[in-house]
Amino acid sequence: MTLSKRVVWHALVAGALLVLLYPVVWLVSTSFKPATEVLSTLALLPTEPTGDNYAQVFDGVGEFGVLHYFRNSLLVSAGAVVGNVVSCSLAAYAFGRLHFRGRGPMFGFMMITIMLPQHVVLIPQYVIFQQMGAVNTFWPLVLPKFLATDAFFIFLMVQFIRTLPRELDEAATLDGCGPVGVFRHVVLPLLRPALITTAIFTFIWTWNDFFSQLIYLNDAEKFTLPLALQLFVDQATQSAFGPMFAMSVLALLPIGLFFLAFQRFLVDGVATSGLKG
Amino acid sequence: MTRSAFTDATGTSDTSDTSGAAGPPVRDSPPPTAAPGRRRRGQGVAYLFLSPWIAGAALLTIGPMVASLYLSFTDYDLFSAPNWIGVDNYATMFGGDERFWHAAWVTTKYVLISVPIKLGLALAVALLLNRPRRGAGLYRSAFYAPSLLGASVSVALAWRALFSTGGTVDEGLAAVGIDTGGWVDQPQYALLTLVALAAWQFGAPMVIFLAGLKQVPKELYEAAAIDGAGQGRRFLSVTLPMLSPVILFNLVLETIHAFQAFTGAFVVSSGRGGPSDSTLLYPLYLYQRGFTDFRMGYASAMAWVLLAVVAVLTALVFRSARRWVFYAGENR
Repeated sequence: MTLSKRVVWHALVAGALLVLLYPVVWLVSTSFKPATEVLSTLALLPTEPTGDNYAQVFDGVGEFGVLHYFRNSLLVSAGAVVGNVVSCSLAAYAFGRLHFRGRGPMFGFMMITIMLPQHVVLIPQYVIFQQMGAVNTFWPLVLPKFLATDAFFIFLMVQFIRTLPRELDEAATLDGCGPVGVFRHVVLPLLRPALITTAIFTFIWTWNDFFSQLIYLNDAEKFTLPLALQLFVDQATQSAFGPMFAMSVLALLPIGLFFLAFQRFLVDGVATSGLKG
Repeated sequence: MTRSAFTDATGTSDTSDTSGAAGPPVRDSPPPTAAPGRRRRGQGVAYLFLSPWIAGAALLTIGPMVASLYLSFTDYDLFSAPNWIGVDNYATMFGGDERFWHAAWVTTKYVLISVPIKLGLALAVALLLNRPRRGAGLYRSAFYAPSLLGASVSVALAWRALFSTGGTVDEGLAAVGIDTGGWVDQPQYALLTLVALAAWQFGAPMVIFLAGLKQVPKELYEAAAIDGAGQGRRFLSVTLPMLSPVILFNLVLETIHAFQAFTGAFVVSSGRGGPSDSTLLYPLYLYQRGFTDFRMGYASAMAWVLLAVVAVLTALVFRSARRWVFYAGENR
């Protein structure tokens, strides 16, 4: 490759990236603009950066400060992560390694559920949780994860388990391990990269999720960050746009940090299993 | 003990067939080795491992699917018992509900415009990044980032501000002589705001394209080059056919995904689907019917229509795939 070609390539890619990341940069910089500048200027950078918007958001949005919603989002996301990691790894081990009657059809059904629009089960699920008295609690958002409803992750782990050498299972079996022992001592430790991918994606998706949270949570006290943001927007007058953007940035912060820390797992997970971002 | 002696007739091959239809081919695992006696004991353990999934499938998928099909033939408001009304919901939907047809039309436009743009961008950038250049890996991650951020309410809010009257996009377009006004407030452009938001998240299919491009054997390009094929020819005759299974996969995935778009439309239009219902995507209308008007039976019927459309479309794409998807090692 000639030098000029390389320069053109870098210019092209960096240019595209600049356009792509502009909205994010704009969002962050606007959150530091004083109230008078938020809507009146199109300049990317604030003339006098201020933390006022953030102070206001920590002080309270409606009845609660942003930390309250942070805590709610964190609880829901953490519950979902634990649920998915546990239940999906169990199911994936069964599908990937064990033999049992009905495995083929069950696996086929599991794969179909990956494509099933959630709307088809939405209303009966809502009715179930309503009758359990679980509407306006975090249960409807967390409990399904413990029942391996995110089939995507089962698929991801099955894919991964199939690449693990069976000789290890056999050796463990000779050493007296049953299926449970093989799972605990052989498969689970080797599955770690897939478990991490699952954990990160579950966290990010749950953190971002809006639809289920909108349906199941009604009281501001139970609101997660996305709901609080939406509520805030509905109530906001123009003067509150700055705090709204500050809150938006705070809501994106964990995703950004997770992304920076784990981008390799994320990108590889997408490449090998076709996860939606 | 040899492996073949205990090969299970219902072994792994059938499972990998089913998965092949839905995703990239699964690597076939070697035949199982468990002894017959142990296998029976293993069955119980297998169901134990599967029990969360089985419970979830029964209680949260199959049960609700049956219930939702039933509810779609009823008048159900969540507070009183469902009341069987036959096909009335479907009849109303197809016969009298203009907003339903409008939502279907808006969604069709959204899918038809956003999916090709998104996949086109994904492929273009994947081709660009598929060169052994310094920093390619870093760029790959950076281009992927919007796929994670874009699903959030935060970015949808930023979008609303950027595309509103006097927002950056409005002013930017005006500066180059394209005077459209803010897109968010104008029925003829508002949907494009959502299309842009979807296209912005091209990183996920791009990563999958990149993985596909890595699988294309270098020899094919060399052979084509020796035969005198230029860059364009090599792209059309080598890259595209070799990439066609991945294109199919991305196409199906993104189409299904696009039919379910919700957050962007909800946030940009404050839940109303406006202006003039121009951003009333199907899932948003379903939500309004079910959870604002409490017409749960009607919403269930809408969900089944959505499922039917998605299923038929997916089947059609797979059927057409026989003509345009090329699997290496396959003779034709």
